[in-house]
Amino acid sequence: MKDGIAARDPRVDTSPVVSDEVKFTTCYMCACRCGIKVHLKDNKVRYIEGNPDHPVNRGVLCAKGSAGIMQQNSPAKLKKPLLRVGERGEGKFKEIEWDEALELATGWLQEVRGDDPARLAFFTGRDQSQSFTGWWAKQFGTRNFAAHGGFCSVNMAAAGLYSIGGSFWEFGEPDWDLTKYFLMFGVAEDHDSNPIKMGLGKLKTRGDAKFVSVNPVRSGYSSIADEWLGITPGTDGLFVMAIIHELLRAEKIDWEYLKRYTNASWLVVQAEGEAEHGLFARNATGTPLVATPDGKLLPLSDRKADPVLVGSYTLPSGQTAVPAFQLMAERYLSEEYNPDAVAARVGIEAKTIRRIAAEIAEAAFEQEITLDIPWTDWAGRPQQKMIGRPVSMHAMRGISAHSNGFHTCRAIHLLQMLIGSIDVPGGFRHKPPYPKPCPPGPLPAGQETAANTPLDGMPLGFPKGPEDLLVDEAGNPKRIDKAYSWEYPLSAHGLMHSVIHNAWAGEPQEIDVLFMYMANMGWNSSMNVPDTIRYLTDKKPDGSYKIPKFIYSDAYHSETVAFADLVLPDTTYLERWDCISLLDRPISSAHGAADAIRQPILAPGRDVRPFQDVMLDLGVRLSLPGFVTEDGSALYPGGYSDYIVHHERTPDIGPLGGWRGEDGSGQGRGAANEAQLDAYIANGCFWEKKFTPEQSYYKFANKSYLEEAVHMGWLAMPGPVVMEIYSETMQKFRLAAEGHGRRQPPDHLRGRVADFFDPLPLWYAPFADADIDKGPGYPLHAVTQRPMHMYHSWGSQNAWLRQITARNPIFLHADMAREKDIADGDWVWINSPHGRVKAQAKLMRGVNRNTIWTWNAIGKRKGAWNLKEGAPEATKGFLLNHIISELLPPREDGYRYSNSDPVTGQAAWYDLRVNIEKCAAAEFGETEPMYDAQGPADLDAPPDILRYGADLKGEESSLAPVAMKDWIGNRAENAAGATGIAPGHGNQTTERHKKEKE
Amino acid sequence: MHPAKSVIFFTTASGAGYGLLALLIAATIGGLFPADFWLAFAGYALSYVLITAGLLSSTFHLGHPERAWRALTQWRSSWLSREGVMAIFTFLPTGLYGLHHLFFPDLLPGVMALVGGVGIFACIVTVYCTAMIYASLKPVHAWSNGYVPMGYLLLALMTGSVLLNSLLVAFGYAATLVILLAVAALVAALIWKVAYWRFLDSTKSISTPESATGLGEFGSVKLFEAPHTEANYLMKEMGFQIARKHAAALRKIALGAGFILPVILILVGLYLGGIGLIAASLLAVIVMAIGIVTERWLFFAEARHTVGLYYGASHA
Amino acid sequence: MTSLPKEPPKKKLGLVIDLDICVGCHACAVNCKEWNSGGHSAPMTDTDPYGADPTGVWFNRIHSFEVENEETGGRTVNFPKSCLHCDDAPCVTVCPTGASYKREEDGIVLVNADHCIGCKLCSWACPYGAREYDEDAGVMKKCTLCVDKIYNPNLPEESRVPACVSTCPVGARSFGDLGDPDSDVSRLVASRGGYDLMPEQECRPTNKYLPPRPKKQGGEGQTAPELMPVSDSSAGVIARWVDRFLSA
Ligand SMILES: Nc1nc2c(c(=O)[nH]1)N[C@H]1C(S)=C(S)[C@@H](COP(=O)(O)OP(=O)(O)OC[C@H]3O[C@@H](n4cnc5c(=O)[nH]c(N)nc54)[C@H](O)[C@@H]3O)O[C@H]1N2
Ligand SMILES: Nc1nc2c(c(=O)[nH]1)N[C@H]1C(S)=C(S)[C@@H](COP(=O)(O)OP(=O)(O)OC[C@H]3O[C@@H](n4cnc5c(=O)[nH]c(N)nc54)[C@H](O)[C@@H]3O)O[C@H]1N2
Ligand code: SF4
Ligand code: SF4
Ligand code: SF4
Ligand code: SF4
Ligand code: SF4
Ligand SMILES: [Mo]
Repeated sequence: MKDGIAARDPRVDTSPVVSDEVKFTTCYMCACRCGIKVHLKDNKVRYIEGNPDHPVNRGVLCAKGSAGIMQQNSPAKLKKPLLRVGERGEGKFKEIEWDEALELATGWLQEVRGDDPARLAFFTGRDQSQSFTGWWAKQFGTRNFAAHGGFCSVNMAAAGLYSIGGSFWEFGEPDWDLTKYFLMFGVAEDHDSNPIKMGLGKLKTRGDAKFVSVNPVRSGYSSIADEWLGITPGTDGLFVMAIIHELLRAEKIDWEYLKRYTNASWLVVQAEGEAEHGLFARNATGTPLVATPDGKLLPLSDRKADPVLVGSYTLPSGQTAVPAFQLMAERYLSEEYNPDAVAARVGIEAKTIRRIAAEIAEAAFEQEITLDIPWTDWAGRPQQKMIGRPVSMHAMRGISAHSNGFHTCRAIHLLQMLIGSIDVPGGFRHKPPYPKPCPPGPLPAGQETAANTPLDGMPLGFPKGPEDLLVDEAGNPKRIDKAYSWEYPLSAHGLMHSVIHNAWAGEPQEIDVLFMYMANMGWNSSMNVPDTIRYLTDKKPDGSYKIPKFIYSDAYHSETVAFADLVLPDTTYLERWDCISLLDRPISSAHGAADAIRQPILAPGRDVRPFQDVMLDLGVRLSLPGFVTEDGSALYPGGYSDYIVHHERTPDIGPLGGWRGEDGSGQGRGAANEAQLDAYIANGCFWEKKFTPEQSYYKFANKSYLEEAVHMGWLAMPGPVVMEIYSETMQKFRLAAEGHGRRQPPDHLRGRVADFFDPLPLWYAPFADADIDKGPGYPLHAVTQRPMHMYHSWGSQNAWLRQITARNPIFLHADMAREKDIADGDWVWINSPHGRVKAQAKLMRGVNRNTIWTWNAIGKRKGAWNLKEGAPEATKGFLLNHIISELLPPREDGYRYSNSDPVTGQAAWYDLRVNIEKCAAAEFGETEPMYDAQGPADLDAPPDILRYGADLKGEESSLAPVAMKDWIGNRAENAAGATGIAPGHGNQTTERHKKEKE
Repeated sequence: MHPAKSVIFFTTASGAGYGLLALLIAATIGGLFPADFWLAFAGYALSYVLITAGLLSSTFHLGHPERAWRALTQWRSSWLSREGVMAIFTFLPTGLYGLHHLFFPDLLPGVMALVGGVGIFACIVTVYCTAMIYASLKPVHAWSNGYVPMGYLLLALMTGSVLLNSLLVAFGYAATLVILLAVAALVAALIWKVAYWRFLDSTKSISTPESATGLGEFGSVKLFEAPHTEANYLMKEMGFQIARKHAAALRKIALGAGFILPVILILVGLYLGGIGLIAASLLAVIVMAIGIVTERWLFFAEARHTVGLYYGASHA
Repeated sequence: MTSLPKEPPKKKLGLVIDLDICVGCHACAVNCKEWNSGGHSAPMTDTDPYGADPTGVWFNRIHSFEVENEETGGRTVNFPKSCLHCDDAPCVTVCPTGASYKREEDGIVLVNADHCIGCKLCSWACPYGAREYDEDAGVMKKCTLCVDKIYNPNLPEESRVPACVSTCPVGARSFGDLGDPDSDVSRLVASRGGYDLMPEQECRPTNKYLPPRPKKQGGEGQTAPELMPVSDSSAGVIARWVDRFLSA
C-alpha cells in the first residue's frame, strides 16, 4: 500500500492500546506446541496470537490455540486437592490442603515402594514430559509406566522405527516445498496440526503438486485433496501392496537407493526349519553378507562391494541365501496383490489403483529433482548432488488404529523405500533426533524390580529380540499392561488401554496404587466405557475397591476425576513451566532441531500446583535417588524450572539443548547454564538449530548430519542408519515361535507370534472383521475423526469451542440411510457385538458407503466439565467408545487378547464393526447409555452470560495511525502463480524472512 | 423470519389504526359521518390507541428504546426512519383535524378539509412506509415484491373499514356505504391474499445455495456442516421455518377468520339487524383480529431469508 | 450519515478467501472472536456459555458444503463467511439511526454501538447473514475488518492484519485494497477468477472468493503414462532381473 493512512473516524478508535504486557510461551491447547504471543492486560489475557518466528507455526494459530482465553477462563478448572468422600464415580469430594494430599500420597507410595515398587502403576496421558515422568517411574522402581502412545499411534512409531529409523506421527514431514505428489493416509488432524495445514496450503497454492487423500471420509484435509479415495477401513495395506505390485512389475523402483541405503541387498538365509532361517547371512564378525554381480559374497563393510538384489547364493555353511529384495519382490509380485484381486475388498477400483501407481512412478522418476548440493556420505565418499524423488507420504491414525496397523504402516514405508523417497528432496523428511538405528536405542528396563530400588533403565524401550521381552520363565507378562510380552512384543509405548482392566482382574498382577495423569481414562480415552467404569468401581467381598487406590492429576473437572480417591489439581498451561525437550517429543522440523519451554505468565489464583513440581516434591518426600541430595534435601529446590536447567541425563546433556554451557554458547551439549531460561524467554521461549543445506537430506547416510547428531547426543555413533525392507528383528520372534532359541513363547501363543512376526509387511483382515464374518451381521465400519477445533475432551469446557460443536451426529452415506429409511435428524441405534449406543443421524455423500463415523470425544457424562444440566454434550452427544471392546472375543480356550495390534499392542479403535437401525419414535430425543450426573467437585456454578473482554477495551493511544498493508496468504506460492504479487511469507516477520533469504 | 410478537402487533394494530383514522377523516370531509361527538371521539381515540400502542410495541423489541429518537434521523435512505418520521408527522394533520372535528367543527372548514386531506395522505404514506420496510428487503423473497405494499394498504383499509363499521353499528348507525366499503375491502384483501400466496408458492428467490456459495458450476450444493451445532442468532432470527402442513392449516384459519367470516358476519348482521347487527359486527372485528394476527404471523413465518441458504435451506 | 458515501470509496479494504485450500479448521473464526473480545465491539457476549443452548456473537463462521455432481463426482468445500463490506451495503441504507455506516476512507462497514437502537433491521437487510446481534448489550455488532488492528501503531507490523488473516494456518485468507487494481489482492483475484457471493442481491460485496481449482482427479488431465509390466508373470520379472544384474 502506498498511501492509506486511516483518517481519524471519530466513531472508531483505530489505535487502541492493546495490552500492557506481551509474553511469549508455548501453546498447549493441543500437543502440536506452537509458539504463542500472549497479550496481557490487567493480568488478564487480552489476545493470543501465533509467534511469527516460531519454527512450528510461524505466526499462525489454530482454532484451539485461539480459544486459549476461554480455557484459562473455564469454570471447570479444579481449585484445590480433593479427597473422595462418596463412592467412586459419584464425584463427591472434600477439599484438603496440599500438605495433607501429599502426605497421603507419600504414605501410599512409600508402602508400595517398600514392598514391591511394581505395585504402583503410573500412567500418563498427553505426554509432554515423558522423559521426566518416565525417569520418576524409573527412580521409583516400577516398570509399570507408560504414556498414551499405546492407545494412540504406537503402530506408526514402531513400524517407522523398526523400518526407517524414524516415523510419521510428528517425527517426520513431507518436503512441502518440493514435493510433487503427496499421499495422505487416514489423517484428520494429526499432532502436527498447524505444520500440516501450512504445508497443505503451500503445496496446493503452488499448484504443481497433486495431493491424494486416502480416507473413508471426505472432510477437512480430504476436502481439499485433488483426489479422494474413500477406502474401506482396515484395507490400506492391501492398497499399498497392490501399488507395490504394480511398481515392481513395471520396474519403477530406485535400485541405487535400495542398494545403498536399505538392507535390500543383504542375503537372507533360506533354511526352512533351521535356527538361522530368515536371518541375515553374516561373516565371522557378524557383518551381513551381500553378493556381487559375479557371484562373490562380500561383507557389507567391503567398500568395493556393489551388491546385487537378486539371485540365489550358497553360503560357506552350505545353506542357501537370497537377497532380501528378492524375497520382498516375490511376495508382492504374487497375484494376491494384483489390483484386480484387491479392488473389491479395498473399495477402490483396480484401474484407479493402477493409475495411482503410475502417477507415483511418474512423479518419482520422471519428475526427479536434482539439487546441486555436494555432500559426503557416511563412508566419506563425496557426492555431487542430491537426487530427489518428489513423492511424499504421511499417515496417522487411520492406519494406526487398526489391528493390522503395524504391518500396514510398514508397507507404506516399504513403498517409500522402493521409490527412494525417504529423506530426499521432495520426499518424506525426518525431523531430528531422527533417524535413529532400526530399532533405536534402549531396551525396555524392568526385568527385575526390588523394594526401594530404582530400575536399571527407562521403563520404555525397543526390544531387539525375544531376550528383551519382559516375561517370566513361563513366558507370562511381567507388566501390568502386558507390554513387551509375547502377546504384544514390540509394544514400545505400553498398553495404557489395558491397565484398568488388568488391574481390576489382577492379571498378570495386582497393584496397590493406580496413579494417572492427564488422561481421561474414565471416559473418552478408554475403549469400552461401561466396563471401565465397572472396573474402577468394583469391590472385593470385603467391601474394598478391587483397584485399591487411585490417584489422579487433572487440571479440569473431567469424567475421570469422579473416580479418583485423591485428586491433585494441576495448573493450566499458562500458569506453569514446561519443557518440550529433545529427549522427549521435540518440536523439531525437517529444517532443524528445536525445543521449547512454557513459562508461567499468569498466577493461578487457586490452590493448585504444577504436576511436575508435585512429582519433584513427592520424589523428595519418598527420598528417591536423583531427587534428593545426600542429606535428604531437595536436589531441585526451585521446582521444575530448577530441574529443567540443572538436570543432566548424561553429562552435559539435559532437558534443553539451547544456551548450554556456563556462558550459554553451547548448543545441544554443555554444562548447566543458570541463565538458560532467561535466554529462552528472550528468544520467544524456543531454541532452534537449523541444518546446513548439506545436512538437510539423506540424513541416514550423511556424514555431516551424522556427526552433528552424535555431537547433539541423538546418535551414539556416526554410522549410517540402514533402512529395513526386511526386518530380521521380526524374524527372530518368528523363529522363537517356531521353536528356536532360549526364549520361546508359551505354546498357546506360538501360532500368533509366528503368524504376525513376518519380516516383510503383511496384510490380514482386522481382527474384528474375522469374527464378524462368522457372526450375525455387522456390515458397517465405524470410525471417528478429530474435529480440528476440539482437543479430545477438553474443548467442551471452552465457551467458544463448544459453540462450534456441542453435540455430534453419526454421519452416514445418504444412499445407505435411504435404504434403511433414515432421514437427517432421526435417532438410530448403533449396535456392535459389544453393545449399543444411540445417536442422531446426519446424511452425507462424501463417505465410504460401508462406513459410518462421528467426531471424537464430544459426548460427555452429565455433570462433568462443570457443564449445566441439559448441555447437548451429555444429552445429544455420544461416544463410540461405549461400544468398542478393549478385549477381543474369547479364543477357543476362553482367553481374551487385548483388542490391539498383535505386534505393538496398539489399540484397534477403528476395527469397530456395527450395524444401525432406526429408533422407535418413542426413543427419539436423548442419547444412551446415560449415566447419573457426577458431582460438582466443589466448583462454582458456571455463569449464565459471558462478557469477557468488556473491561479490556483499549484506551486510545496518542500514536498516529499507520498505513495498512496487503497481506497475502501463502504469499511466496501465490507470487509464483500470479504475476505482480509481492513474494514473501505472509505468516512471518519481515526480519525472519530476510534472514532466511540470506 | 422469526415472527416476533411485538412486530406482529405493531403492524396489525397501527395498520388498523391508520385505516380507521383515514376513513374517519375521509367520511367527515365527505360529510358522511354522523354528527355524534361520542362516536367521533371513540373513533379518534380508538385510532390513536391502536396507532400509539402499535408504535410503542414496536419499540419493545429494540435493544435501546431510549435511543429510539435517533431513528428519525435517516429518512433519506431508511424506510424505517421514514416510517418513524411519518408516524410522528401524521399526528399533526390528523390530530389537528380531529380536534377541529370534535371541538371546533365550524372553524375554517375549507382549510381544515385540506388539513384532513393531508392527514389522510399522511396515513397512507405511513402505512406505505411500514410496508416498504419489508418490501425493500431484497434478501426476503416473500417481502420484496409489489404485493407487500399493496397488501399493507389493503389490510389497513380493510381493518379500518371493518372497525369503522362496527363503531357505527355500536353507536346505532348503519351506513351502507361503510358496509359496502368493508365488504369490498375484505373481498379485495382476500383476493390479494390468495394471489400473494399463489405467488409465494409458485416462485422462489433468485438466490440459491449455488449462488450463495458461488459453487454452482461444480454441482448442486448441500450443507454438510453448519458453523455451530446449536442455533445462533441468525438462525433464530432469520432461519425460522414452518412445516408445510402447519402453514397450510394456518392459512385456512387466516383466510377464514381474517376475510371470509367477517364478510359473512357483516352480511348476516345486516340481515339480522338490531342487537344481532351489533353483535355480528363486533364479532366480525374479533374474528378478523384473530385472522389478521394469524395472517401476519404467517407473513413472517413463511418468509425465508437468503441467510438460510447458508444453513441448509434448499431455497429462499 | 447512514446513506452510503456519495462517492464510492476508492480504497476498498476487504478479504479474499481461497476455497481451494480452506480446510474448515475454524481458526479464523475463533481468532476473530478472540481479537474482538477486547476490541472495538467488545465484548463478544456469549449467552448460556456452559449450558443447554450456548450461543454468542461471532463475526466469522465456517460452513461446509457438499457439492454433488453426477459426472465429476462430489466435493466438499469449506466456506468461511464474515461481512463482505459491500459497496452497496443494504445494512447501511436501512439503518434508521445512522449507527450502521460505511467508512469513506476505506470502505469498511461498521456499527457505532453508541447510536444503535438494536432494531435488527440491518440484519434482515444483509443477504449474507453477516450481522450479529448482541442481545445482552442490545446492539448490533459485526466484522470490523479489524479496524482497530490494521492501523494500530501499538502493534508490531506483522500483527497489523485482520486477526482471521494472520492466523489462518493454510493461508487461505488474504487482505488488502480491492479498489486498487494493482494491489496484491486484486492481482490474486484476477489470476484466480475471484467472484462475488450472490451478485443478484446487488450488494456489490468487496470480499472475494477464489473458487476451488479443478481437481487433478480420475483420469482427467492425467499425464502419467500407464505402467507397462516388464514381463507377464512375476517369475518372469525376477528372471529378467537375474539376467540383467548378474554377469555370470
Ligand atoms: N473413539 C475414539 N476414542 C479415542 C480416540 C479415537 O480416535 N476414537 N483416540 C484415542 C487417542 S489417539 C488418544 S491420544 C486418546 C486421548 O484421550 P486422553 O488422553 O484422555 O485425552 P483428553 O481427553 O484430552 O484427556 C486428557 C485429560 O487431561 C486433562 N488435562 C488437560 N490439560 C491438563 C493439564 O494441564 N494438566 C493436567 N494434569 N491435566 C490436564 C483433561 O482435563 C483431560 O481430563 O483418546 C483415545 N480415544
Ligand atoms: N484438533 C485436534 N487435533 C488433535 C487431536 C484432537 O483431539 N483434536 N488429537 C491428537 C492426537 S492424540 C492424535 S493421536 C492425532 C491423531 O490425528 P489423526 O491421525 O488425524 O486422527 P483421527 O482424527 O483419528 O483421524 C483418523 C483419520 O483416519 C480415517 N480412517 C479411519 N480408518 C481408516 C482406514 O482404515 N484407512 C484410512 N486410510 N483412513 C482411515 C478417519 O476417517 C480419519 O479421517 O491428532 C492429534 N491432534
Ligand atoms: S496446533 Fe493449535 S492448539 Fe495445538 S499447539 Fe498449535 S496453536 Fe496450540
Ligand atoms: S455483508 Fe452484510 S453486513 Fe456486510 S456490508 Fe454487506 S450487507 Fe452489510
Ligand atoms: S440494529 Fe442498529 S445498526 Fe442495525 S439497523 Fe438498527 S440501529 Fe442500525
Ligand atoms: S476481519 Fe477481523 S473482525 Fe472481520 S472476520 Fe476477520 S478477524 Fe473478524
Ligand atoms: S482459518 Fe483458514 S483454513 Fe481455517 S477455516 Fe478459516 S479460512 Fe479456512
Ligand atoms: Mo492420540
